[in-house]
Amino acid sequence: MKEFSRKDYVGSKSTLCTGCGHDSITNHLITSLFKSKINPYKVAKLSGIGCSSKTPNYFLSTSQGFNSLHGRMAPLATGVHLAQEELKIIGISGDGDTASIGLGSFAHLLRRNVPMIYVVENNGVYGLTKGQFSATADEGSTTHRGHVNKVGAIDICSLALEMGATFVARSFSGDAKQLTALFSLALRHKGTAVIDIVSPCITFANHEGSTKSYDAVRTRNKQLQELGFIQPQEEITLEDDGSTLIEVKLHDGSRLWLKKTAEGAHDITDRDAAAALLNETKRQGQLLTGLFYWDAESRGMRPEEPATALCRVDETSRPSRENFRKMLSQFA
Amino acid sequence: MKTDFSIQVATVNGSGSQSSNQILVRALFRSGVPVGAKNLFPSNIAGLPTWFTIRVSDQGFTARTDNPEIVVAMNPQTLGEDLKSVRRNGLFIYNSEMKVDAAAVEDHPVKTIGIPFKDIVSSISDSVRLKKLLINMAYVGVLAELLKIPEETLADSISHQFKGKESVIAPNREAVLAGRAYAREHLKDLDFPYEVNARPQGSAGKILIDGNTSASLGLVFGGCTVVCWYPITPSSSLVEGFSKYAEKYRRTRDGKADFSVVQAEDELASISMVIGAGWAGARAMTATSGPGLSLMAEAAGLAYYAEVPAVIWNVQRVGPSTGLPTRTLQGDLLSAYTLSHGDTRHVVLLPANPKDCFEDGQNAFDLAERLQTLVIVLSDLDLGMNLHMSQEFSYPEKPFDRGKVLDEETLKTHAAFGRYKDADGDGIPYRTLPGTESDAAGYFTRGSGHDEFGNYTESNKVYKSNMDRLARKLETARTLIPAPRIESRGEKVGLIYFGSSSECVPEARFLMEQKGLRTDTLQLRALPLHKEVDNFLKDHERLYVIEQNRDAQLAGILRMEKPEAATKLFSVLEYDGLPLTARHVAGEILTKEGKA
Repeated sequence: MKEFSRKDYVGSKSTLCTGCGHDSITNHLITSLFKSKINPYKVAKLSGIGCSSKTPNYFLSTSQGFNSLHGRMAPLATGVHLAQEELKIIGISGDGDTASIGLGSFAHLLRRNVPMIYVVENNGVYGLTKGQFSATADEGSTTHRGHVNKVGAIDICSLALEMGATFVARSFSGDAKQLTALFSLALRHKGTAVIDIVSPCITFANHEGSTKSYDAVRTRNKQLQELGFIQPQEEITLEDDGSTLIEVKLHDGSRLWLKKTAEGAHDITDRDAAAALLNETKRQGQLLTGLFYWDAESRGMRPEEPATALCRVDETSRPSRENFRKMLSQFA
Repeated sequence: MKTDFSIQVATVNGSGSQSSNQILVRALFRSGVPVGAKNLFPSNIAGLPTWFTIRVSDQGFTARTDNPEIVVAMNPQTLGEDLKSVRRNGLFIYNSEMKVDAAAVEDHPVKTIGIPFKDIVSSISDSVRLKKLLINMAYVGVLAELLKIPEETLADSISHQFKGKESVIAPNREAVLAGRAYAREHLKDLDFPYEVNARPQGSAGKILIDGNTSASLGLVFGGCTVVCWYPITPSSSLVEGFSKYAEKYRRTRDGKADFSVVQAEDELASISMVIGAGWAGARAMTATSGPGLSLMAEAAGLAYYAEVPAVIWNVQRVGPSTGLPTRTLQGDLLSAYTLSHGDTRHVVLLPANPKDCFEDGQNAFDLAERLQTLVIVLSDLDLGMNLHMSQEFSYPEKPFDRGKVLDEETLKTHAAFGRYKDADGDGIPYRTLPGTESDAAGYFTRGSGHDEFGNYTESNKVYKSNMDRLARKLETARTLIPAPRIESRGEKVGLIYFGSSSECVPEARFLMEQKGLRTDTLQLRALPLHKEVDNFLKDHERLYVIEQNRDAQLAGILRMEKPEAATKLFSVLEYDGLPLTARHVAGEILTKEGKA
């Protein structure tokens, strides 16, 4: 196989606003893809519509991408997976794309556990239409013009837990360490890996009334655990004092480590506890980030039907003449 | 004795008459006489009125007629209506156990026969539930005796119907025999003018099948690998058929499924899944009906503009809105042809019979992949859900046409691959599939403005030239789609029709010829208009466009695309939700021609 360099993982120049959180996320994703030695030829980059959905053009220019319809990334990904199970699907969506117009599709994607990374670049506003609230904008927050949001927010992670998602995490576009660890783990997950990333909109939601501005996130961010990821090729030994560090070995020799914070340890295999933690921190006005839930045994959408590539259609796909006659005789 | 009549059975939905009616139809089919059947059913699980009509004609006319010679009335709710529907001097058989106003029944110029159907089957079973079902077999027995259908033919049809449920065969046969015995004993003096003249070879080379099942088999043999759908009447049986036959016939040597069926959360999702799978190289399709087609409109534009192969099988029902979900119409022609905003135009296939449905199972994909676009197949409830006598299908010999796909090897000889470049001058570009291991393969697919390489652009010139190429591609489509079926004897009057409207045309022509009007015919098989349509328009003085919708949608398309023929076109329309009758078509044309 061709030896890929970091340059193979970058894409076209971003056309987003300077300082947009989405561009940081793209960079962290490129780092994780490169370090995880993902074969760019076997990646499908998918998105819906919105600022976030433009970003698949900004990484992995050797991979194929599909910037589709508003809210329809989830079923598009389902179809791509059906056709070619071996493709690694990286889906980039936004809060409008996922929590409003695509909410139904998102929920059903999680029920099916379609193997893909599902990133929500979450800024609480519609950027391309100039600053209206999205469904993840917190109640009481304001637009850049001062309008107050009177309806409650949809929490992507709470919803994902409820829908049975097998990987649920939240992060912040500015947290390189946490994000690269989450991306690296998600790239190895067999199922839908939901990563809700608060990604401030520098133009329309980086003001005092927003709960998703850079300042607001830095003030409210509460890390559930400290996260790190060690690639198979990295020879790092962790200093373990035996009480605060958990190391999880993955099948390919990579390692995830979690270090508990001052708040205590969270068991990432406990879905109910994760949901309760999210509710509790929301009540306290905090933004909980980290890995909330991970089912390491998840096997994806079609565990009983191991890969038959449905993109392969040739003369062997046609049933025999004998079966044709047998079939026709039923209607005589 | 005439072998040209129709039977209408009036029952209550959910009473189990469906299998009895199908047994009767199959027995007629196996007797070798041309037969057609229409189930006129309500959008309801149980309790509302339902009718089943059977047309038998040794001349081969199988379309519905609207005043049957024989009516079997089993539903007290519709008794009065049913009585009125019988042809003058026809036969009205009714269940005498219903509360009937005898005077009202006898008042009509029809022969009325009351039969105690429940009593006939009462000794066969103790089960109240089974007895209720067997009542329906009793009328089958009575009719079989009157029509002189051989008992073994009926027994075979019962076994066929209940294959896999052997325990119910015996009581059903008994009920038929009881019905026969009753007829022999009580109706022997009846002057019954109809008879089935069994023709042993009459059904050779023919099958009895509905269009949805035919389509599902066409997909199984046509290389379909991915089906994503959302249940909707009258398309559901198409996908259920695919699942059933694919489970059996589409397995690899090691027993793995060579296909996948996903029931989506809605039609927005089902078409998006199809586009995702088509983009990644699968032969993917969805089946739906009117409301679902409307929901798929945005994605239809994406498939057209991003040039992704996809197939929608739209089994039309009566709209607008929820409309009459269990009645038939050809009302989606215009919306299918131009589905989505902006300048979109799709290839639309118009199957007219089960054999077409079977063959379009592969045709749709060959065209979608060759043209890299959405293909919509327009069936309808009448074609899709009713039993039709069809020519036996032929084993498909045509290799699958996967279109212009470049792989690692062929990319090497295609200098500067541009996804949307018109390299061959036919408007059809080359594509690569995700997963291709080559630096040259990668491109970015989008529904927004793009140049020849798939890069985003808002350039006015690039936009326009791309739209012109898409128009060129549609010109190429005109040469690839199925040609119309033309029967031309140099007459002045031509008939143009498509889909299920075709069934009544031979009979309508016969009726018109009796009045001295001879006609040529063109059965349209697809949109856009095939080149061969032009000459037919040119060669006729008056053209009657027969279709089942209010707004003369096909005539509208013809006028729009062939303005030179506009003044020669006249419409024959029906849009009451029931399958078209020959008498209606012939009557309208004869009136317009001054020959009524």
